[in-house]
Amino acid sequence: MFLCIKSVGMPGEYVPIDYIPVIIVLFVATLIGLLPLVMGVILRPRRPYPLKLSPYESGIEPVGEPRYRFSVRFYVIAMLFVVFDVEVVFLYPWAVAFDKLGLFGFIEMMIFIFMLLVGYIYAWEKGALEWD
Amino acid sequence: MDLQDLRLLAPEIVFILFALILLLLDLMVKRKEVIALTGLVGVGISAYINYRLVKMGWLGGVLQDVFLFDGYSNFFKLIFYINLVLTILISLRYMKIEQTSYGEYYCLLFFATSGMMIMASAGDLIVLYLGLELMALSTYVLAGIIRRQRRSAEAAMKYFFLGAFSSAFLLYGIAIVYGLTGTTHLKGIASGLHELGLLNNPITLLGLVFFIIAFGFKIALVPFHMWAPDVYEGAPTSVTAFMSVGPKAAGFAVIGRVFFDAFAELDIQWSAILVPLAILTMATGSILALSQRNIKRMLAYSSIAHAGYAILGIITGTAEGLVSTMNYLMIYTFMNIGAFSVVILLRREDLLGEDLEDYAGLSKEHPVAAALMLIFMFSLTGIPPTAGFIAKFYVFMEAIYSGYVPLVIVAVLFSVVSAFFYLRVVMYMYMKEPGERVELSMSGGMGIALTITTIMVILLGIYPSLLLEFVRASVLG
Repeated sequence: MFLCIKSVGMPGEYVPIDYIPVIIVLFVATLIGLLPLVMGVILRPRRPYPLKLSPYESGIEPVGEPRYRFSVRFYVIAMLFVVFDVEVVFLYPWAVAFDKLGLFGFIEMMIFIFMLLVGYIYAWEKGALEWD
Repeated sequence: MDLQDLRLLAPEIVFILFALILLLLDLMVKRKEVIALTGLVGVGISAYINYRLVKMGWLGGVLQDVFLFDGYSNFFKLIFYINLVLTILISLRYMKIEQTSYGEYYCLLFFATSGMMIMASAGDLIVLYLGLELMALSTYVLAGIIRRQRRSAEAAMKYFFLGAFSSAFLLYGIAIVYGLTGTTHLKGIASGLHELGLLNNPITLLGLVFFIIAFGFKIALVPFHMWAPDVYEGAPTSVTAFMSVGPKAAGFAVIGRVFFDAFAELDIQWSAILVPLAILTMATGSILALSQRNIKRMLAYSSIAHAGYAILGIITGTAEGLVSTMNYLMIYTFMNIGAFSVVILLRREDLLGEDLEDYAGLSKEHPVAAALMLIFMFSLTGIPPTAGFIAKFYVFMEAIYSGYVPLVIVAVLFSVVSAFFYLRVVMYMYMKEPGERVELSMSGGMGIALTITTIMVILLGIYPSLLLEFVRASVLG
């Protein structure tokens, strides 16, 4: 189980040598992100006019502010989505390792799904799935 | 995987099952009394299974000792059962008055309590964290359950933000200790620190400090107490009673477990950190309570001060000291919930009943209610025939045995200061003329809760060995 996972090498005098590629990739990724922006600022010609400064140069003209209040129902839908999304994420590794986990894993997963089912029934009965 | 071990998890499994049942029951029945009663049955079944397991002597660890079923955890579970039963009893009428009788309320109480039970049993830092989050997330929602009330929402928001912050500290502490010793197992950490010669490592100390911050938040030690008065005042009073006992006892449970199991060899270091915190806690709690006119806010500061007294037993670093702290927590459970019950008693549809003025002349109109409040206030002060005296006495005695004489002198001085604001309530009740007529919102459940708390406060005051022997047996075996 998770207790068996230990860091490589002796604890206490651990040198994070395995993580150096991660740091290099992080550095390169930052560079790739920044380089085009910096180059763009340096190289591009600068000829602004009002139409060009608008958000959609060749689209519909913007009407009003984008930050208006929207229905709280979206929040409930988003929350339900997270719950069932996470359920599926947990089902995948279980399905892959199904033969190794055996019956115990099956029962454990059924308990997990049962708990989410209770939540689903609750959400349904309380009307969280209805739009009006 | 040994399935036989799972039977030691039965009380928690029953608890979570009942939490789910309560959630579904809320959809089917309209009367909230049914849900509350089912909840009480659930606590009863769980407590009985727990009792049978102990009687059969099936103590031990589950799943490579990440979950410990021992006397220590069972004592704390008893506190949580009592806390939950008393909270359900005092809630029924009160939640109706607040017009928030939702079924989810009882479900959340159950989830919070199962989180506390997991915390008390945790033998591994990850399990501890899981229990802590289950408890914390449920109590955040409970604090804000009066949705339409501004101050309740504010309490939930403050509790959530600061609680999330303290969780981050706990995780950072776990990460540091894991990085040093390569394990999150408490016993493994203890042997790892010893064998790898990490006891004098400054990073170990940093990890320890992070643990103290995270746990100090849960028990409201002073530099981390800022949330307590606002949350206690804003939350529904029944939830305040629940929160001021449950999460606090759970916090003490994990402090005892982590410090005595994992950091046992660093006891000089954590005592040195906790001593100034204890003094600050007692001072701030007692002094700021002096100026409070709102009784819930006053009890919030009083509960901060009580955490300062209770931590003295931990500071000693001995098993006997731990016993005195656990003794303190059990007594504190009864007297604090008792005091909050009387506060709830004064709440009516048209009266908040939280101001000190509302207590003026209570003894003339409702002598019984006033007498009960008198007992709880005496007990919270620590006046002899009540249990509060015994609680403080044992904690102070253990601290003196371990050589913390100046600390105990400071504690006694602040205890004297605290007498002022506790006895002021008594003075208002007995020596002031009553204002407008006060009706009490009495109910059957409330009557039972008040009877239990009163009897226990007096019984444990007169016959302290009843509890003390029980605590000794559960810690020392």
